[in-house]
Amino acid sequence: MNKIMVIAQRELGTFFDSLIAYILLVVFLGFSGFFTWLYGSDVFLSGQASIQPFFSVAYWTLFFFIPALTMKMFAEEKNTGTIELLLTKAVTDRQIILGKFTACLLLVLIAISFSLPWYFIVWWLGPVDHGAVWCGYLGLLLMSSAYIGIGLFASSITNSQIVAFLLSLLIGIFFLILFQVLANSMSGILSSIFDYLSISTHFESMSRGVIDTKNVFYFLSIAGICLAATEAILSRRKIME
Amino acid sequence: MNIKVDRLSKLYGSQFAVNNISFEVKSGEILGFLGPNGAGKTTTMKIITCFMAPSEGDVRMGEYSILTDAETLKKRIGYLPENNPLYLDMPVIEYLAFSAAIQGVAPAQVKPRIKEMVRLCGLDKEKHKNIGELSKGYRQRVGLAQAMIHDPDVLILDEPTTGLDPNQIVEIRELIRELGKEKTVIFSTHILPEVEATCNRVIIINDGKIVADGAPSELRKQASGAEVSKLKIEDGNPTDVLQKLRSIETAALVDFDGRTFTFESKKGETSRRQIFQLCVQNNWVLTELSPIERDLEEVFRNVTMG
Repeated sequence: MNKIMVIAQRELGTFFDSLIAYILLVVFLGFSGFFTWLYGSDVFLSGQASIQPFFSVAYWTLFFFIPALTMKMFAEEKNTGTIELLLTKAVTDRQIILGKFTACLLLVLIAISFSLPWYFIVWWLGPVDHGAVWCGYLGLLLMSSAYIGIGLFASSITNSQIVAFLLSLLIGIFFLILFQVLANSMSGILSSIFDYLSISTHFESMSRGVIDTKNVFYFLSIAGICLAATEAILSRRKIME
Repeated sequence: MNIKVDRLSKLYGSQFAVNNISFEVKSGEILGFLGPNGAGKTTTMKIITCFMAPSEGDVRMGEYSILTDAETLKKRIGYLPENNPLYLDMPVIEYLAFSAAIQGVAPAQVKPRIKEMVRLCGLDKEKHKNIGELSKGYRQRVGLAQAMIHDPDVLILDEPTTGLDPNQIVEIRELIRELGKEKTVIFSTHILPEVEATCNRVIIINDGKIVADGAPSELRKQASGAEVSKLKIEDGNPTDVLQKLRSIETAALVDFDGRTFTFESKKGETSRRQIFQLCVQNNWVLTELSPIERDLEEVFRNVTMG
């Protein structure tokens, strides 16, 4: 546990030292704020004291934001060779993966917590369904863990950050859109399988304020499966390479 | 901690990078790992440091094996990989603190250890700079510092002196010699004088196999069969001199390159007295007579070629 935090702390420090964190925070908050308050189906258009618009925008912004965080995690270390240094320290592969995962999740947590003032403003504007808001935030975090899992996996199979970035977008787009499209175009059991795989099914119900263990399980299992796959990729060096 | 490498093999595809090598290194010994590029040095080191698993065989350190006790062993090993990869965007001090924490150095010990490493590796002036701003020599010192921060029993250094200037090389060698007094050190290089300067034992590896093993002086003795001297003789006609030199009984091979003569005696013979006398008889001036030492260079070439 301690080692995981040591790694997470270093990664988080790197985010803030290298401007990545600031740029991404500004971009994330700028985009989300713009669409929440100023454009499209924003808060004023819907006329309801709800930050539902923020959740639907964050759903998309995180989709781009997270691969940008995760792309360097393993790809850069493999490219510069520091991975060898890290893996020969007294840590397990799993601790390294979890440390990097924690760092990304913490940065996302920081990013979405900056949107809390919006929640307070809306609260000031009118009656808010507090349960739905917190549930929506939980949904964002859970979805982020799934994205981070995908991103780390993509980063672990290549030396190039760009490839890692594009690959995690590619995998992400399946969960975000394509599975939904497939579900709609098919019928029967296949349709319900693809419907289950689609993120939007699970996220929408959460952002409306429904915490279903099925949804929680869905997001955590994507993250879990991806992290396990990452570990398998890392341990492959022990067999071949 | 003693290191015992036992019938170690590593296959890449169908090619052996390391082919059934065994050796032992004792505590307090500095082992120079020598070989041409691509001989299997780095692979062996990667296996010893638990980065890679071997295809066959085992490495044991003390009572631990890399196959089963990697986590325990990693704490006892300090490793400087080839090309010295470092997090360039971190300040030196922070990086050392990170290395210490991740290697399980007790929190109270972290600061004193960093101080000690900064002193030992001469990083005092550079300690607050980002690693990326340092010159190659200083980066190498940071690499060494991070390898030793947790006071490991075993130090594995993969080409620790590449890219350093001659002064730095001498400093790093001294550091290694100092460390080798109480630790087990294995370091690889393809620079031969380095081995003679630092190691008490050398293993030469070629094509994944050990081709020579022993103290540098022993290996040199093995190679030196015949006495070879470099001569400069003045006031004589070179062809004449050459002819007369060849007529010395103990001469095996005499050569002239336009300026100096190379004189090789027959095995086990010495001819320096005869050469001197020959010059005196012919009134030639002998301005140079220097023995050509067979060095490790030659051992190396002998065992790694053909």
